[in-house]
Amino acid sequence: MDLVRNLFCSSIGRKLVMAVTGVVLIGFVAGHLVGNLQVFESPDRINGYAHFLQSLGPALWFARMFLLACVGLHIWAATVLTLESQGARGDEPYRVKRWISATFASRYMRGTGYVVLAFILYHLAHFTVGLAQPASFKENIAHYVMKGDYHVLGVTVTAAGTEVLDVRTMMIRGFGSPFVSIFYIVAVGLLSLHLLHGAESLFQTLGWRNRRWEGGLRAAVTLLCAAYFLGNLAIPGGVLLGVLR
Amino acid sequence: MSTTTFSVTVRVWRQPGPGQPGRFVEYPVGGVNPDMSFLEMLDVLNDGLTRSGDEPVAFAHDCREGICGTCSLVIDGKPHGPHHGVASCQTYMRSYKEGDVIVVEPFRARPFPVIKDLVTDRSAFDRIQQAGGFISARTGSAPEANSVPVPKEVADLAMDAAQCIGCGACVAACKNSSAMLFVAAKVSHLGLLPQGQPERDKRVLAMVSTMDGLGFGSCTNQYECSAACPKLISHDFIARMNRDYAKAVFRSAFRPVAAGAGD
Repeated sequence: MDLVRNLFCSSIGRKLVMAVTGVVLIGFVAGHLVGNLQVFESPDRINGYAHFLQSLGPALWFARMFLLACVGLHIWAATVLTLESQGARGDEPYRVKRWISATFASRYMRGTGYVVLAFILYHLAHFTVGLAQPASFKENIAHYVMKGDYHVLGVTVTAAGTEVLDVRTMMIRGFGSPFVSIFYIVAVGLLSLHLLHGAESLFQTLGWRNRRWEGGLRAAVTLLCAAYFLGNLAIPGGVLLGVLR
Repeated sequence: MSTTTFSVTVRVWRQPGPGQPGRFVEYPVGGVNPDMSFLEMLDVLNDGLTRSGDEPVAFAHDCREGICGTCSLVIDGKPHGPHHGVASCQTYMRSYKEGDVIVVEPFRARPFPVIKDLVTDRSAFDRIQQAGGFISARTGSAPEANSVPVPKEVADLAMDAAQCIGCGACVAACKNSSAMLFVAAKVSHLGLLPQGQPERDKRVLAMVSTMDGLGFGSCTNQYECSAACPKLISHDFIARMNRDYAKAVFRSAFRPVAAGAGD
């Protein structure tokens, strides 16, 4: 039981929990974006992809529960560590406080984290459950009939002629509202800022960062976050500009 | 040769004793010579206060040459003053000019309670050291030189970590009052060397657990600590400690235990 105690009850252990769950979540958001960028191709692609994911059944629920557990642990570790750290200063704060080396992104992790949580909840209500915009929700609009096959790794997972939910139309109608689109753009912007510190910071926590390659690491993380933001900007941005119809 | 002296105003935290309420008091200090150290400027202030029958400002100091880690002021929001890689005692008044207002505060952390004015009790660091900052090698007469070979790069890195003077500026600079840079330096300087290997896992587990128990915060990887460190200890050692800790946690959980062993 030492293992559990050292990982969940010590400062470094909780930071390791934060870093490892962070790796999983970064992997998820990156994969999620790459999958969704198929919206720019024929409707067969994104609709066939969505149908494939829905058809996974228990595997889909296992993945969902795993991601939910990671989000939960990530928030738990952040909350516990923050509360402890706030108590560590004592009753008297500094009269003058100057930042020396902390990056902009690192100073607003808590704020960007709150926005990301709000965004996740809205995003689930919007495209998974259909509470936010029921009129354009996938289950309430005309179904789509696949014109060709959709393949994953060369295997046909959604065959031509299958009637599937029209996810592409749901996305385009959903982002037709400028308020929704702008909220998405701001939220993913702040998520990218959250990742700018988090994706670099996790290497430090796992003990894989040092002076010899910190420049390369920072450049790679910055590039990744910029690409992530631009990729996410493309979907609501494409709808607002009328490129995606 | 005459040197032009100047005047500054210091706004100092005054607190009569542990747990008692404190407040900032402003004092003008005249006759400041630019070649004085910051502590010598405080000596001039205290000289004046003593002559006028007031209580002098208590501040911690000892070697005044940057190697003992006793001085501990937060000057205008940065531990040890405006410069990079120097302690308060080696901060000179030439960094200031006529009319400057300088705010001087004690290191703030719950595990470092204020004893009086600017003096804090940093014995929490001693308790962390007692938990694992030692080796169990035979101490006696000096061993044959080079009987335990240590590669030059490893010895240099261990020396970088061993530079830590335990002043506590890392804790004072950290928004979380985390002692990770101190603990990382102590864990690494022994953990890098062959003599430190037998207790390597036990050391990191014990020192981190003591650090947590004393109420220090955790690290958010903003590296304010290494930027404020008068000995420029690198936060690379924190990464090293994190890795050592992760390894120790798994190794200690799965290590075989001999039959009949107590645990």
